[in-house]
Amino acid sequence: MTPMTIVSREPAALPAKPILGLDARLWRRAAWALLAITALGLPFVASGYHLFQFSQVLIYAIALIGLNLLTGYNGQISLGHGAFFAIGGYTTAILVTKLGVPYWATLPVAGAICFVAGFLFGLPALRLGGLYLALATFALAVATPQLLNYKGFDAWTGGSQGLLLSKPYAPFALPLSPDQWLYFFCLACAALFFWAAANLVRGRIGRAIVAIRDHPIAAETMGVNISFYKAMCFGVSALYAGVAGALAAIVVGFVSPDSFGLFLSLSFLVGIVVGGLASIWGVLFGALFIEFIPNYADQLSDLFGESAKALPGAIYGVLLIGLMYVMPGGVAGALRSAPRLFSRLFSRAKHG
Amino acid sequence: MISRRTFLRASAVSAAALASGTRAALADNAPGITDTEIKIGQTMPYSGPASAYGVIGKADVAYFKMINEAGGINGRKINLISLDDGYSPPKAVEQIRRLVEQDQVAFIFNSLGTPSNYAIRPYLTENKVPQLFVATGAAMWSDPKNFPWTIGWQPNYQTEAHIFGKNIIATTPNAKIGVLYQNDAFGKDYLIGVKDGLGADHAGMVVKEASYEVSEPTVDSQIVSLQDSGADTLLIAATPKFAAQAIRKTFDIGWTPVRYMTDVSQSIAAVMKPAGLEKSKGVITAVYGKDPSDARWRDDAGFKEYAAFIAKYMTPADLIDSNAVYGFGTAATMVQVLRQCGADLSRENIMRQAANIKDLELPMLLPGAKINTSPDNFSPIRQMQLATFNGESWSAFGDLLQG
Repeated sequence: MTPMTIVSREPAALPAKPILGLDARLWRRAAWALLAITALGLPFVASGYHLFQFSQVLIYAIALIGLNLLTGYNGQISLGHGAFFAIGGYTTAILVTKLGVPYWATLPVAGAICFVAGFLFGLPALRLGGLYLALATFALAVATPQLLNYKGFDAWTGGSQGLLLSKPYAPFALPLSPDQWLYFFCLACAALFFWAAANLVRGRIGRAIVAIRDHPIAAETMGVNISFYKAMCFGVSALYAGVAGALAAIVVGFVSPDSFGLFLSLSFLVGIVVGGLASIWGVLFGALFIEFIPNYADQLSDLFGESAKALPGAIYGVLLIGLMYVMPGGVAGALRSAPRLFSRLFSRAKHG
Repeated sequence: MISRRTFLRASAVSAAALASGTRAALADNAPGITDTEIKIGQTMPYSGPASAYGVIGKADVAYFKMINEAGGINGRKINLISLDDGYSPPKAVEQIRRLVEQDQVAFIFNSLGTPSNYAIRPYLTENKVPQLFVATGAAMWSDPKNFPWTIGWQPNYQTEAHIFGKNIIATTPNAKIGVLYQNDAFGKDYLIGVKDGLGADHAGMVVKEASYEVSEPTVDSQIVSLQDSGADTLLIAATPKFAAQAIRKTFDIGWTPVRYMTDVSQSIAAVMKPAGLEKSKGVITAVYGKDPSDARWRDDAGFKEYAAFIAKYMTPADLIDSNAVYGFGTAATMVQVLRQCGADLSRENIMRQAANIKDLELPMLLPGAKINTSPDNFSPIRQMQLATFNGESWSAFGDLLQG
């Protein structure tokens, strides 16, 4: 029996009221088409540097979906997804540099290793709820860079100096620059993982995961195996982070313990909250935020004169607080309520 | 979906862009050079765990401002775009690509951090963009054969350890040496340098090596095991916190070896005071610059020049910050290189001149110390002087030594 009775907070409940004479479904279809055209056309108009940035946005987006599955849908808070991101990155870097494995073949390995690591970490984490789990995962994020630095692993990890990967060229003699090729590679991966996650949360498993978050006792009564689903959710979430980390290693061409500091894990949490908890598509906005806002904060701090270089952190904080004030449900939450807001505005105009 | 025509048009545009890019590279001057400006870039950890180093970037910017106010270089103003990388190598790669591709800087100057510089080096080498005077002490930046576009600045850790090794042989040829080192690139460079300085014949003088992890709370057990080895000379290749512990522990257990300590940890405020000024007496280190908190430089012309610069372009708190001294020195070296370039500001010539510095003296280098580079020598500062701690400050002794 499935927990059909649980009310989902999914955007499926969009109002079917017409806006500007157009059906909401049509609006959504138009948005989709626009997104697809932008994503596919970008490499032919953007410079290599911007493509590098957008590749990173896609990579962050994959990691954010993973974290959102765990935190947004399943209600388990993780402050340590940077650790799985690091494991994925190092798996790829070691396989490529030490064993000569082609870079694309390392993604499934990185995903599998992180899935197992996440599942195993998820088992004891079952006994920890809320803040205690947050603390345990926090410890994971703190420990990982130092473990990567451990001298016993130096021969494999390159120690504090890290590992360099050479940039892959487009296969099959495609007329693409390495930046364009990597962007498409990341885009394909992101599309696959978005599709998989959207299917996952829409189906029976997704309802079970949400049910556990909203009412564990009711979920259990309905026959949901809580411990299995929770550990599984942790594993899948880590898999996403791991694949993202692997892609990051390929795109950046470098891994080192400093690449995966504590701030990365916190950025992921910022990303899903900004994008909107329990929203698959919101993470795109979250990824844009964590990629671009620190840069803008740095540029804005320049406005305060040369001696104000200490400000990027403060400006980042102010922007974050401001955004949360304006959009408490994240960007996805704001978009969800936008149609309702619009139709109310328009109907008022008609009656008025 | 993209139609075939759009695709073709887009590829034609990108092909044209590529072609024009090639033309620019063939032109005389590097990108970012106009008749009125020399645009250069760097990344600095203004945020994040290493943000204390951000002062270096501020000093660089301030120094160029001073040069610009005095008329610039051959009428060109230096415009340094200094970006925050939060000490994260992926961010550094992104920011460097922005500087090179979007801002079109002529070269990269004084970017900070060993991992970050290591991560950006392949990209800069591939694109033949000079990576000048990197702010790290690792030995790997001095490799002109494999990386002709990258050059260091400060004495590297190997140079310094080399000097210690030579001095031990000269003064105490029968010494038994124990080495305490941090288990990372810095510590290992040090170990290599010491053995190199001792030479193959004396390699047996190192009787014990003990390493520690940055995550360890103390190095007490390492010090005890070094004492047990019978060593009478201790070499401390440790960062400030651990160096202070090592100095205090040797004193507390009544062990009195000759203590050599890396210049990384020679801060009196951060190391000698926490360790105990009395307990720190007799520690030997190597210095290459003037310590701005040392009273003996108060009437020195070079120090006065530095103090005047700080007073006008920085904040008073920066005066005794060794990072400000550092930026003051690297920026001055950079100005010298740009002056040497004359009218030819191509990337090739800028690199050629960076590797062609002859006997440059800087206000805050030790008197007599000179910066020299050549096509086979990418280690600009190689001279240091030994100094011993007298319970209050460092007092230099002996001649300038070449590592």
